[in-house]
Amino acid sequence: MSERVLQALKDKFGDKVVATHSDFGDDTAVVDPSVWRAACEFLASDAKMAFDMCTDLCGVDYPDRTPRFEVVLHLYSISKRHRVRLKTRVGDEYGDDAVVDSVVDVWKGADWLERETYDMLGIVFRGHPDLRRILMYPEFEGHPLRKDYPADKTQPLVAYREEAEAGVPLGKLAPFGPDEGMSFGRRPPVGPTEN
Amino acid sequence: MGELNQVTLEGSGTGFATTKLSELLAWARKYSLFKYPFVTACCGMEFMALSSPRFDHSRFGAEAPRFSPRQSDLLWVVGTISQRQAPVLRRVYEQMMEPKWVLAFGTCASCGGFYDNYTTVAGIDKIIPTDVYVPGCPPRPEAVIDGLLLLQDKITSGDRRPAIVKPREDPIRDLVSIGKKPSAET
Ligand code: SF4
Repeated sequence: MSERVLQALKDKFGDKVVATHSDFGDDTAVVDPSVWRAACEFLASDAKMAFDMCTDLCGVDYPDRTPRFEVVLHLYSISKRHRVRLKTRVGDEYGDDAVVDSVVDVWKGADWLERETYDMLGIVFRGHPDLRRILMYPEFEGHPLRKDYPADKTQPLVAYREEAEAGVPLGKLAPFGPDEGMSFGRRPPVGPTEN
Repeated sequence: MGELNQVTLEGSGTGFATTKLSELLAWARKYSLFKYPFVTACCGMEFMALSSPRFDHSRFGAEAPRFSPRQSDLLWVVGTISQRQAPVLRRVYEQMMEPKWVLAFGTCASCGGFYDNYTTVAGIDKIIPTDVYVPGCPPRPEAVIDGLLLLQDKITSGDRRPAIVKPREDPIRDLVSIGKKPSAET
C-alpha cells in the first residue's frame, strides 16, 4: 500500500533514491545523505505522505561495506496509517566522516534517538541542538556498538579493587565460572579449534 | 554493661569479659540488620517477594529499610550494577557506619552474570567488599533467606571472609525420579 510512498520519493528525488525494496511487506527506501533532510521534510509535510510519527531512528555498522554505517528511520502516519523505512549510508571504512543532517526539528521525538545513535556508533547529526552522549558517561572513549570496539573492553569509573588490598580472590568465584554455565558465553580459547 | 565490667575486675582474665561483650553485640546486631536496599534491576521483583508476607524476612529482624546509608548496617545490592552506577554504589558504601555488611543478591551483583561487556561491573566485589553472595537469576527467596542466615552466622562468629550460598536440593527432582527405573550403573 505504501509503495505509493516509494514511488513519490522516486518521483521527487530521482536518482538520489539509491535503492528501494518491499521485502516482507516493509517498504524501504535508501536515499543519498545529501537529500536525507529534504526527504524527511517531504515525508513529514506533504499532504499525501503525512508521516507524523517517528517510530525509531537507529544506526547499523557494516564493517565490510563502504559507506560503513546505515542510519535507519522508521516512520508511521497516524492519519494515513502507512509506514515507511528510510535509510541512508555514511562513513568511510575507518568510521570517520559519518555525518548526516539532524531531523530533530522535523520530528521532535528524534532528539534522544539521534543522541543514542551518536553515543553507540559515533554518527554525527549535523544541526542537532544538544549532541551529547545519552547512555554512556562522558568519560567513555569510543563508541561501543562499532564492530571494532573490543567485546570485553570495559572503562570503569571507579578503580577496581586489587586482590592484595581485598585479601580475597577477585576473579569470578565458583559457581560463577567465566560463562555462568551458559554455552553461548564467552569462554577463554581452549587449544586449537576444530574447523 | 556494668555487670560485665564487674566480671573483668574479678580477675578471671580480661579477655573473657571482652569476648562476652562482643558476642552480646554480635547477637544484638544479627537480629537488627537495618537494610539499605540498592535495587537496580529485575532481581528487585524477587526482593519484593522476599519482603512480602509469604517469605517475610522480617522474621529474621532484617526488614526495616533505611534510605540513608548512615543509618543502615546491611547493604543489599539487588540487580545489575552498570559502570555508570558504580561511583554511586561506592559512595553509598563509604557513607555507611561501621560495622557494615554487604549482600550481593543475584548473579549480576555477584559476578556480572551474562552482562559480560562494556556496560556492567563484573561483580560488586570489584568495587566494594562483599560478605555474602546469593547465586541465581533471580535467586529464589529461600536462597536469599539462606544467605541472610549465613550472614547471621558470620556475624556471630566474626568471620569476614566472603561466603556463597549453597544451592538447595531441588524438591522436584525427587518427584521426577519416582517411577523411573534406576539406571544401569547405579
Ligand atoms: S541476576 Fe538475573 S534477575 Fe537478577 S538482575 Fe541480573 S538478570 Fe536480573
